[in-house]
This record gives sequence, structure tokens and C-alpha cells, in this order.
Amino acid sequence: MRIRALAIRIILQFIKDKRTLALLFLAPLLVLSLMKLVFDGQAISPDIGTVDLPEAYIGGLSNANAAIIEYDSADEAQQALRENNLDAVIQIGANGPAITLEGSDPSMNKAILLLIQNTLQAKASSIAPAVTYLHGGPDMAPFDSFGPVLIGFFSFFFVFLLAGVSFLRERTSGTLERLLASPIRRSEVVLGYLAGFGLFTLVQSMLIAWYSIHVLGMYMAGQIGYVLLINLLLSLTALTLGTLLSSFASNEFQIIQFIPIVIVPQAFFSGLFNLDAMNPWLQKISNAMPLFYGADAMQGIMIRGEGWSDFQIDVYVLIGFSLLFALLNVLALKKHRRM
Amino acid sequence: MSAIPSMNAELEPALQLHQIQRRFNGKTVLDGISLTIPQGELFGLLGPSGSGKTTLIKLMTGIDQADGGSVRMLGEPIPQLKMLQAFGYMAQADALYNELTGKQNLAFFGALFGLKGEQLQARIQAVAALVELTDHLGKPVGAYSGGMKRRLSLAAALLHEPRLLVLDEPTVGIDPVLRRSVWAELSTLSKQGVTIIVTTHVMDEAEKCNRLGMIRDGKLIAVDTPEAIIAEAGVATIEEAFIALGQQQAVRSGTGATR
Repeated sequence: MRIRALAIRIILQFIKDKRTLALLFLAPLLVLSLMKLVFDGQAISPDIGTVDLPEAYIGGLSNANAAIIEYDSADEAQQALRENNLDAVIQIGANGPAITLEGSDPSMNKAILLLIQNTLQAKASSIAPAVTYLHGGPDMAPFDSFGPVLIGFFSFFFVFLLAGVSFLRERTSGTLERLLASPIRRSEVVLGYLAGFGLFTLVQSMLIAWYSIHVLGMYMAGQIGYVLLINLLLSLTALTLGTLLSSFASNEFQIIQFIPIVIVPQAFFSGLFNLDAMNPWLQKISNAMPLFYGADAMQGIMIRGEGWSDFQIDVYVLIGFSLLFALLNVLALKKHRRM
Repeated sequence: MSAIPSMNAELEPALQLHQIQRRFNGKTVLDGISLTIPQGELFGLLGPSGSGKTTLIKLMTGIDQADGGSVRMLGEPIPQLKMLQAFGYMAQADALYNELTGKQNLAFFGALFGLKGEQLQARIQAVAALVELTDHLGKPVGAYSGGMKRRLSLAAALLHEPRLLVLDEPTVGIDPVLRRSVWAELSTLSKQGVTIIVTTHVMDEAEKCNRLGMIRDGKLIAVDTPEAIIAEAGVATIEEAFIALGQQQAVRSGTGATR
């Protein structure tokens, strides 16, 4: 009854606040779209200068999506490289082909080396291995690989921010005091917030998942129901963590200060970057981060098409985090009312 | 079993404080306060800012708990969750939701006290009429003037027809006309038998109370009718009495004498 009243109030407040609604629903879509444009552009097409390269190789390189500019002398080609007109120069020297890379962009370096290697190999060897993919495929772009993590991250980030600020405002405007001067239980306050916000996080999760998969065309091997479930659980974790941490902030700015401490490290440890190269005990830190479990499950479902038995541990851990944060929140409210 | 306390509740004092102690971070904020407020009284708590008025109010309502001593509300020891139903509370801040309309605010606070359906609607209309906001219930509170917010805040505290009303500086920061109207409403409620406890540091408001408690540096330095307090201090006004009694207190306790 009181929980329902609190939930209805939060929903009414939300509906009247168009800008916050836009932040919750449209901002993640905008950022995801930008990410898609940035990371899923056309294949890199390097400009390669050649000196005395046999026609067969030039043809091979052009076919492999490189712009070939032929030079008469090595000096001319090197000059063009220095003037930033070329990404690489290939010349035939005394000891065979020599490659000079422009070198300032690692991803471009790798792309060129791979391209040249493939071209030379195609000429040299007749045994080309047959390549098959267990998951994903040759067309999978970087965006498809970390997209699932981004879906989870943005749900988490925006819900954390909104929940934190809303609960803080309840405190600073004095309405929490008034709330606690009524016979509402502390647990009812927390549950009311969960219910009211839960509705919006559910809608947000569905919107983000639908948009990513059907509009942005993100790679999707699993079931959308599972994606929604994980996304919702992540949002609930963000909601309970946001309201809990708002107890330790005395104004909106201090909520913002939690972003570099609580949100950004989670992004690093959530699978956006490969952690295998990291010190093993540092890798363990990720076990304490809710986003790690959410991202793990999301990647499993969307890329590897995992089923319930594969990601259920992640579900239990996320539920555990939510329960823990909610419980701590009930305790934190003791600061405002002893019973 | 339940009939006896409720019968007694008619006779019990609205509030009974015994040797209240409250410390924050090792600093004593309230020290040895004992006070009994009978039902139906309009009781004023007077004291400078930072004297412990708000802390005392929170102890009286059970929102906060004393480090020592006991508090009973209508005979029941508090803090106790069910006793939060027994009083209406209006804090210094308006504590309203600006995005929502006046009616939505009242409906929410009413629901917290267990009101629902027709009963809730009837109470919303009744309290809105009392504070003359009936015509403005459909407007968002953000569009209310400061005085209207104050009145709505008072209305929210009256929704569940509490027998005890606790108001923390209800007239701070509002214009004289509105202050008079708030006090007119308080007098009306008081005549209907509602016990009212109000804090203030406006001296002319203090004179409207049945009895006054003067609080200074966490100690209750005088409790009596306004007339008796003036007479005892041998001065002409409440304000002078307050200063005179404060100085006596400082000399007696040997602290702050030079202030």
C-alpha cells in the first residue's frame, strides 16, 4: 500500500520531467549510435606507395582494398611518407621487399602488415588453411564484440545517476524527513523506490536492447529475452547502488564525483578491454564489480548464443548485489530514523 | 488489553519527557530536559538558532532517539513505529514535490498514513478548504507562491487528523499576512482539542501560546505561561524575559558568562 503510493509518486514525477525521461531513454540510444558510427565505419583503406614493385603484387594489393601510388624512386616515396600523404611504402631492396610504415597509428600499422602479408602469402603458398568460426564470423566488427558490454554499461550508468540524484533530492528537499515522519518502514521506502524506478528501467532495457539489435544491427546469436533479463538485473543493481551511495553524498555534485570512482573502473574491468595481459591478482578485482558479471552474460548471450545454464551464475551474482545494496540502504536510512 | 491504553490515552499527557540527553559526536546538544505537555495545549518552544529546538522536536516525535532519559507520547514509550501515525509533522522545509500538483502531493502523503479511496478524497478536500487552497489543487506545486507551499505543507500534516501536531518554525520566511493566517488556523485547531507543539524564534508568536518552554544551549531554562515568564523575569516583554533568563542561566551554570 505505502510501497505502491511511493512507486506511483515516483512514476508521476518522472512523467512530468520530460528532460529526465529523455536522458533515460534517448541518451543511451544516441551514445550507442555514435559508438556504432565510430567503431563500425568502412574497412580501413591505406594509401601505400610502391617503388619497383612487380605488377602482380600491385594488383593483389589493390584488390585487397589499398590505394596504390607508384613512385619512380625511393626518395620520392619516402618524401611523400614524411609529408603524411602515404601510410606505408613498399620497395624492393637488395634483400627482398622492404616496408616502411608511417607508424603513428597502431591499428593502421596492423591493418597494413596484415594486408601485405595476405597478399604475399596468396602468391607464395598454395596451401591456404580453411577458416571456420565457432562464434561470430568474418564480418563481425569491433562494435559487435563490445556492443553487448556497452548496452549493459549505458543502462547501468544512466540508472545509477538518476537513482542517486533522485534519492539525494528526496533528502535535501526535506521530503525524506517528512516521509520518515509517517509510519512507513525503512524497507518500504527502499522497495517503493525499486518498484517506481524498476518500471522505467524495464522500459529502458527493452528500448536499448531493441534499438541495438534491430536498428543498429548488432550481432545477436542468443535470445532477446535473456538480454532483457540481464539488462534489467544490471539496472536494478545500478538503482540500488545509486540510492545507497547517495546517502554518502550531500549534493548533486558529490553524486557526480562517484562516477570516476564507481562507474569508470567498472567500464575498464567489464570486458571492453582484454584483461588477459593484466596481472592475475589485479584481474581478480573484476570479481567485485557488478558490471563485469552483466557484461560477461551479455557477451555470452549475444555473441556465443549462450543459454540459461551458461550464464545463470551471473544472474545469481547480480541478484545478490542488488539484495546486498538494498539491505545496506535500509540500514543507511537508520541515519535518518532510528526505527 | 487494547481497550485500556486507549481509555487511558484520553487522560495521558500528549507528551512526557523525562531527563532527556542527546549527544552528537561527543557534544551534548540536549541536557536533562524534563517536560510534560497535556493534551489540548498550544505549546511553544522558544530559543535561538542552534539551541537544540529541532533536535528536541525530533526526539518528541520519535524520529530520533535520545541517548538518555525517556519519552512517552499519549502514554506510549517512543520511538515506536505505530506512534508515527499519532502525530502530524511539519518541518522547517516545505518538503513538497514540486513536479506534482497540490492534490497529488496530498494524495501521496495521505496514502503514507493509510488513507485511501473516498476517505482520502474527503480529507484532501477538507484540509485544502482549511488552508484555502481548494482552487489551486490542480496546479503543480512548483507554480505555487512561497505562502501557498507553506499552507499546503501544513495541510499535508493535518491529513490523517492527528491529535498531536508538531510544527518546526511554521512561519519562518513568510510574510506577516500569511503568518497571521497560519496562526489563525493553529488557534482554530487548538480550540478543537488538537495538541500543538510549535517552535519559533519570533517573540510575538510566542505570546500566542498557552505555555512556553525556553531552551538555551540545550537546557530548558523556563517553562510557564507567557505572562508568568514575564512576571518572573521582572521585565515588560517576552523578548526581554528571554534575554534576562538566558543571562541568569549562564551565570548559574558558570559557562558562557562572558558571552
